[in-house]
Amino acid sequence: MPNKHSRNIAPALPRAALLSGLALLGMLLGGCSPIQPWVKPYEREHLADPIMSFDRNPISDGYLDHVFEVREGARGATGSVGGGCGCN
Amino acid sequence: MTGRLALRIRWLAAVAFGLGAVGHADVLPDDRTDVLYHRYDGGGLTVQGPSVLVRKKLGDSLSFSYQYYEDVISSASIDVLSTASAYKETRTQHNFGVDYLHGSTLYSAGFIYSGEPDYKSNTAFFNVSQSMFGDLTTVSFGFTRGWDRVGEVDKGVFQRWVGDADHRNWSVGLSQVLTRNLLLGLNFESDESNGYLQSPYRVVRFVDPFSATGYSFGPANAPNTRTGAAGSAQLKYYLPWHAALDGNYRLYSDTWGILANTVKVGYTQSLFAAWTLDASARYYWQRPANFYSDLYPFQDSQNFTSRDRELAQFHSLTLGVGASWEFHPPWPHWVNKGTLNFSYDHLRIDYQDFRDDLIAAPTAEDQPLYTLDANVMQFFISFWY
Repeated sequence: MPNKHSRNIAPALPRAALLSGLALLGMLLGGCSPIQPWVKPYEREHLADPIMSFDRNPISDGYLDHVFEVREGARGATGSVGGGCGCN
Repeated sequence: MTGRLALRIRWLAAVAFGLGAVGHADVLPDDRTDVLYHRYDGGGLTVQGPSVLVRKKLGDSLSFSYQYYEDVISSASIDVLSTASAYKETRTQHNFGVDYLHGSTLYSAGFIYSGEPDYKSNTAFFNVSQSMFGDLTTVSFGFTRGWDRVGEVDKGVFQRWVGDADHRNWSVGLSQVLTRNLLLGLNFESDESNGYLQSPYRVVRFVDPFSATGYSFGPANAPNTRTGAAGSAQLKYYLPWHAALDGNYRLYSDTWGILANTVKVGYTQSLFAAWTLDASARYYWQRPANFYSDLYPFQDSQNFTSRDRELAQFHSLTLGVGASWEFHPPWPHWVNKGTLNFSYDHLRIDYQDFRDDLIAAPTAEDQPLYTLDANVMQFFISFWY
């Protein structure tokens, strides 16, 4: 038997689904017209500066990732790739 | 056993080396050569050696890369001194990669070999990146496959192969230009490992009333499957005084029970056109593997056991600084520019359930928690041509 909370939530679910569907439809229809870049090519001077690069020094970043990976339980999502082992 | 203790962690990531988690799909990587010397010194362990990375385009669509990496290891770490003796060894790694650009799509593939006396590793990777929406958005997908062979060495003499391990890694990435000064990068990875996933040298500690110290050491037994997932988000913001601020957060979780958070912030300042200065701080915290223990109540008290401190609960802080000087050599004429770079990082790890068994105490519980301080230095020179 549904409790008080589920009775309150149940009518809200179809409404949320409907709104989500409309939003998705809107996005799909929006795909029919090309998206205009909101940062024009001539406005990307700062973004093109080497200091804005996420991997300015790949050889150095890869090495530091390796230093951490062999000493920690976590790995991945750093943008480097490697093989072998870490030794202690 | 007079051999060595060495943690063998196979590390995988799906984005092609050098591309980075957030790359630009519609351009090939720069032609450049980097020559690096690295040195890690801490906790009785010294690892140093050279590395060379060479990238070269061939025409407008192809780029090739090769990287050589070497670790010369001299270890007298706590893991080694507890039950074995100090050792020296060398690990070498070769990375081969190729990038192919077709329209706004960049295909990358490569192979990595890593070898040392008791550990061989082969890795193949493939990555595809696509830029869209006027080059404001880049999405990437990657797959990496690894095959490892784990062996045992005693007194510098190879003994036997003890097992194999297979690895698979999938990744998706997104880079997004948010404003004319702000970049966003998102990355998600899932990896799966099967086979021999522990070090043959590592042991566990258990209570032994018949031992003078109150404890003894025995073989460890880690599970032979592991599945993990990592998600990260990074932002980079351009500051009007020719500087950049960046932040990065990563969450990791796996089936061994490890949950980890990583937070990193960095600041880059350009000075006098030729100088670039960097400063960074990185904080890391992890929950232990659910079968990890510093001291088990008795031998074989549970199916899976490990005392690898990499699986313990700990937090760490890394502070780093770096400097880079750009120059334009008059010779040879085909070199456009070069940089001289130096960086220094100090790493401190505070273990919360791994005790220093080299320090005598009435009982194991009275031994202090272990801490590690390490200095990491890099010196490298880069050329663009």
